Amino acid sequence: MAERAGRDERAGRDERAGHAGQAGRAGQAGRAGQAGRAGQAGRAGQAGRDWPAEAILEVRDLYKHYPLTRGILFKKQVGSVKAVDGVDLDLAPGETLGIVGESGCGKSTLAKMLVHLERPTAGVIRYKGDDITKLSGRALKAVRRNIQMVFQDPYTSLNPRMTVGDIVGEPYEIHPEVAPKGSRRKKVQDLLDVVGLNPEYINRYPHQFSGGQRQRIGIARGLALRPEVIVADEPVSALDVSVQAQVINLLDKLQSEFNLSYVFIAHDLSIVRHISDRVGVMYLGRIVEIGRDEEIYDHPTHPYTQALLSAVPVPDPEARERRERIILRGDVPSPANIPSGCRFRTRCWKAQERCALEVPLLAVPAEFRLQEGPAQHPSACHFAEEKRVVPPGPEAE
Amino acid sequence: MLLEVRDLHVEFRTRDGVAKAVNGVNYTVDEGETLAVLGESGSGKSVTAQAVMGILDVPPGKIAGGEVLFQGQDLLKLKEEERRKIRGAGMAMIFQDALSSLNPVLSVGDQLGEMFVVHRKMSRRDARAKAVELMERVGIPAAKERVGQYPHQFSGGMRQRIMIAMAMALEPSLIIADEPTTALDVTVQAQVMDLLAKLQSELNMGLILITHDLGVVADVADKIAVMYAGRIVETAPVHDIYKAPAHPYTKGLLESIPRLDQKGQELYAIKGLPPNLMNIPPGCAFNPRCPLAQDVCRTDVPPLYEVSGERGSACHFWPEALNG
Repeated sequence: MAERAGRDERAGRDERAGHAGQAGRAGQAGRAGQAGRAGQAGRAGQAGRDWPAEAILEVRDLYKHYPLTRGILFKKQVGSVKAVDGVDLDLAPGETLGIVGESGCGKSTLAKMLVHLERPTAGVIRYKGDDITKLSGRALKAVRRNIQMVFQDPYTSLNPRMTVGDIVGEPYEIHPEVAPKGSRRKKVQDLLDVVGLNPEYINRYPHQFSGGQRQRIGIARGLALRPEVIVADEPVSALDVSVQAQVINLLDKLQSEFNLSYVFIAHDLSIVRHISDRVGVMYLGRIVEIGRDEEIYDHPTHPYTQALLSAVPVPDPEARERRERIILRGDVPSPANIPSGCRFRTRCWKAQERCALEVPLLAVPAEFRLQEGPAQHPSACHFAEEKRVVPPGPEAE
Repeated sequence: MLLEVRDLHVEFRTRDGVAKAVNGVNYTVDEGETLAVLGESGSGKSVTAQAVMGILDVPPGKIAGGEVLFQGQDLLKLKEEERRKIRGAGMAMIFQDALSSLNPVLSVGDQLGEMFVVHRKMSRRDARAKAVELMERVGIPAAKERVGQYPHQFSGGMRQRIMIAMAMALEPSLIIADEPTTALDVTVQAQVMDLLAKLQSELNMGLILITHDLGVVADVADKIAVMYAGRIVETAPVHDIYKAPAHPYTKGLLESIPRLDQKGQELYAIKGLPPNLMNIPPGCAFNPRCPLAQDVCRTDVPPLYEVSGERGSACHFWPEALNG
């Protein structure tokens, strides 16, 4: 019953979306294809383009503003750091949604809100229809069991005074219903085995492991409660190249084994492409473009995505001459002082008067709305235009 | 030849034993040439550079053997005072983390000007003017107004530009850049690499670029030296190595990185971990992780075999690696 209500509600929203043509909503309307495509059908080919996927996680109009205050005794708010400034997204079951962006774009704050480590200033995060931002007490605890996080730094996210067994088993202390006391040790050993660590290491301490092994411990802890969603914030960026591949393969394997949904946050665009079904590009607290991996990487329409992609060094010296480089002007503006209109306009080579006045919404741009094709995906730009910046790979040639 | 490193050995004496960080490294850099030294953490790439630059922490570090010939002169035989004259004027270094490499209590103008006061005996006022000139040259907007500001008032990319300005100040003939863009975002990385390449060609400097990023290497390098456990395992012109690596480690590295331009299948992962430098495996240091390893690899250290005129590979089975 609840499920049906949820569906009706969504249908209602889709209708509104049609009129308002608003950001993520339009994305949603198109989502009949989008999430479904990426989620169930993406793997099995293009068959289910119209499959109405039930999103496991829905984010609407999410904001996180940190107040800036002045004065010691009488604190006065003088402004705010707009870390996340209006994000909409959906995550389908079994799907990997990649979020890319540069430092300070709000991707880590977004991750923390998804696992409820930060409370949003405004907005809705729905897990299977329940708004987790409104929950508290027992209901919240139950939801949190299903959304777990893997952290970036395997050196600081493990307590040095706890053994691996205690670290991986700690979630069971908080959620004892998952594993009765007697069976915990066995469960922890199984988990270590699943992530490719020797189960006999259960009594060792974190400092006895290498970086890659520590990240495996962090992943085992994330899996302990059999969650449905894992939010991974830069899970491999602290690792060496040869070890990175091991951990990425492990995440891939676990996803199909446990039917996990991932929100994979990273600044490395190559890694995100490798692991994601869909990719969202963030800039200064907002998603500026979102779509399936080839839509974003091979047919980007937002100038920021294009600049970002063109700046990534490709490990192919032959591409040096073939590639066009877009070198952006200046630095990312401060999130405490976001430019009016389009927030990318201060660095954009296409910027015109309209960009300073009107905030571009995240929707399929008008010029691509009618033609079917990979350029038809949400992009928050008044002057969206398809431009291929990554030369086709060796296999495509 | 601008710089020639010959059979360099560096070790660190620690409480737990001797860590052999560099075990017989050879490389050369010419004027106007870019050599990329590629390796993972602990491969000895930075320690080699520190030994060349003369900024190794001694003790615990110790140069256990070898020569560093800079413009024909063996730097390791020079007195500290003489080396100090070469540092800055003859060769300069750019570090990874600009925030911790710049002095937080001196303005950037003072730090840039110091180069001229110390090496060129300029007055403070002239040095200040030079500092502004340098800041303009590396593309810092409003240089005149910002010359008195402190490092924390600049963004990461701007700080790295200041580091570059400082390295370029006395127009040295060799620059060593140790992971110069690793801490930066990709769009800023592109700006900084662009600037570095432009200045390099203007001044016809030799550049040693130390990095772990195979993408950056492909973008800027002329030739590559791949390091593993303190040795160079492969050296080649940049185009050859990406097309056909001649060492199983290089091959593994290239296959283990996800590509921006294609959606890959499962990544190839080199099994195991890099060795502990206190306990490097006998024979070829890569043998426990190598798919081609045979008995000879566990006993004999492979020399750098000549693959072709400019290429070398330290693998007993390099023809198999090259063709396999």
